[in-house]
Amino acid sequence: MSEAAIAPPKRPFAPVQWVRQNLFNTWYNTVLTLVVGYLVVTSAGPLLNWVLFGATFTGESPSDCVGDGACWLFINQRLNFFIYGFYPDELQWRVDIMFALLAMVFIPQFIERFPARRWLGLFGLIGLPIAGYILIPGGLFGLEAVPTNKWGGLMLTLILAYVGILASLPIGILLALGRRSEMPIIRGLCVVFIEVWRAVPLITVLFMASVMLPLFLPEGMNFEKLLRALIGITLWQSAYMAEVVRGGLQAIPRGQYEAASALGLGYWKKMGLIVLPQALKLVIPGIVNTFIALFKDTTLVLIIGLFDVLGTVQSTITDPAWQNVAIEGYVFVAFCFWIFCFGMSRYSQNLERKLDTGHRT
Amino acid sequence: MNEQTLPLKPSRSKPWNDPRVRALFFQLIAIAAVFWGGWALIDNTLANMESRGISTGFGFLDQSAGFGIIMSLIPYDATYSYGRTFWVGLLNTLLVSGMGIVAATILGFLIGVARLSSNWLIAKLALAYVEILRNIPLLLQIFFWYFAVLRNLPSPRQSVDIGGLFFLNNRGFYMPEPLAQPGFGVVTAAIVVAIVAVVIIKRWAKKRQLATGQVFPTVKVGLAVLIGVPVLAYLAAGGPLQWEIPELKGFNFGGGITLIPELAALWVALSLYTASFIAEIVRSGIMAVSKGQTEAAQALGLRSGLTLRLVVIPQAMRVIIPPLTSQYLNLVKNSSLATAIGYPDLVAVFMGTTLNQTGQAVEVVAMTMGVYLTISLLISLFMNIYNRAVALKER
Repeated sequence: MSEAAIAPPKRPFAPVQWVRQNLFNTWYNTVLTLVVGYLVVTSAGPLLNWVLFGATFTGESPSDCVGDGACWLFINQRLNFFIYGFYPDELQWRVDIMFALLAMVFIPQFIERFPARRWLGLFGLIGLPIAGYILIPGGLFGLEAVPTNKWGGLMLTLILAYVGILASLPIGILLALGRRSEMPIIRGLCVVFIEVWRAVPLITVLFMASVMLPLFLPEGMNFEKLLRALIGITLWQSAYMAEVVRGGLQAIPRGQYEAASALGLGYWKKMGLIVLPQALKLVIPGIVNTFIALFKDTTLVLIIGLFDVLGTVQSTITDPAWQNVAIEGYVFVAFCFWIFCFGMSRYSQNLERKLDTGHRT
Repeated sequence: MNEQTLPLKPSRSKPWNDPRVRALFFQLIAIAAVFWGGWALIDNTLANMESRGISTGFGFLDQSAGFGIIMSLIPYDATYSYGRTFWVGLLNTLLVSGMGIVAATILGFLIGVARLSSNWLIAKLALAYVEILRNIPLLLQIFFWYFAVLRNLPSPRQSVDIGGLFFLNNRGFYMPEPLAQPGFGVVTAAIVVAIVAVVIIKRWAKKRQLATGQVFPTVKVGLAVLIGVPVLAYLAAGGPLQWEIPELKGFNFGGGITLIPELAALWVALSLYTASFIAEIVRSGIMAVSKGQTEAAQALGLRSGLTLRLVVIPQAMRVIIPPLTSQYLNLVKNSSLATAIGYPDLVAVFMGTTLNQTGQAVEVVAMTMGVYLTISLLISLFMNIYNRAVALKER
């Protein structure tokens, strides 16, 4: 029976009744409500005052921040640095195009009825990286080259996350297939790879990428710091991705594999056409969760000296020109990350509900 | 009838169509690739190290380190060896991980239960906590607690005074330290005796309940024994414990236990962050227990506390334990972010300072990764054993 059939009839909305049922239904709930309610009400005033009423939004220099609230002027003044890092001012239109493309690809994904959502999604997977590869480093088609040590801020955060996500998904799928393979040696290699990467912290991986990778490579061959960080992040992330995908593969009933074999499909066709589409659909929440985790973990690159958005803010608040703006800076970065992460998690819940074919009820 | 027979042809397929031959072939290629890659790696590394004049081997562990560490659980100063710095860092990592796991578990369970509270206000506040904390990078939270909160505390002279016993200032958190006096061994013995007694009581009570059906108040009696016996022993021995209370001496506090700000910030951030994940795990675990179980327990006449303890929580634990294990692992790994604020954990002390001073990148990185690998494998081993003990036993 469906949920709707057994649900009680809807009651008209009655505020007094709602309050009594949800806030004062037992004596201990009454006490809790009163105590917690008091705390919330008394802290809301000062908080609002700090964020809004007592805050400074306009002005020129730190001396304009005289109110007893936050100094948002600081964010305003340094916004360019927080978004683009050291990217040359006159070339920032290239990054802006990428931001616009990113918004064009991802905002429609939240709107149910938007036409050509799929094509936009496909563009996000293939077109966007190509456009980014041409636009951001430059050097092709007469565009002025910008070395990676000038990249920074939110732009670098997004590049790290996007490349990490895009590269780790296929590697992760291959590793998961390898771990489920019937060939013992391939399976063993994949198990060792996955378990070792998953057991070590990302910081040690980044350290290794920045300190040891040059030692591993043949003489004369070297990557720049950003690329080394990206290699480390991708390898680490693909191990997590592999475990998520493996979960999906295990959930596909044997019958599906056998039916595919009975149709005469070879291994790759069987996996690519029958098993993986079902498995990946099952584990979308898990995949998005690892994306969110990766997005947050990109902040760690500041430890090996890359200036992501947290790195730019951190370097600015230790600048003697601005004092006591640490909280404002952290609130700004927290807000940036929160928007992206919360958006991703909502999107995955949305997708999960939409793709749910209802086998569980 | 047409007697024509098909010409008999040996139906032998080509060797590359035989799955077994193909599997063998691919695996041989994989082995060859791994060996070739590994050999190239080692060859390159040795050549690079030689050209840069880096020696190999673990001999550096016996050399004198020559740098100080702001906090160590074992005796350490600059004259000790690099091998000693490894242990100092490892113990500091284990300390903050252990403290974090305990705090995050308690907080996570509280918030997870609060998410399901019938009180709308409490449930919404818990939801806000989870949604805010888990969507903000941990490193940012550590920075927030360290640079924005603890650094802005008053100086030692104006420290926050809690009852004249606890002091909080920008140099750290100061607590009274218990100092065992001669005769404290009696109390320790009493604690051991009390624990043994509780185990015996619990077994006896279970046996009696199985035999007669009478319920013995194990929890109340157990707690009474656990607290009462050591307290009695303590009083009988004449109070063999002194508290060393931190005192302001010159510019800073002396005596007592000090929690340095780096440790405090890391601990608070790790606990609050991990608690938001644990809360969701606990909530989903409790929700996974079907409502029929609660109703059946109530129909049997169990009170709500007993329903929770005997029926709901044991079943919820099955769902909770495996993801909880991963959160513990994450917490241990995340404690390596200590290096960003200067708490001397393994990564900061060993992979940071020691590596910079000795240049023994390969050995140092291998040892550090080996430690994390071992910790991870040990935690998952113990949690898997525990998980097997609580898992659903089906025929």
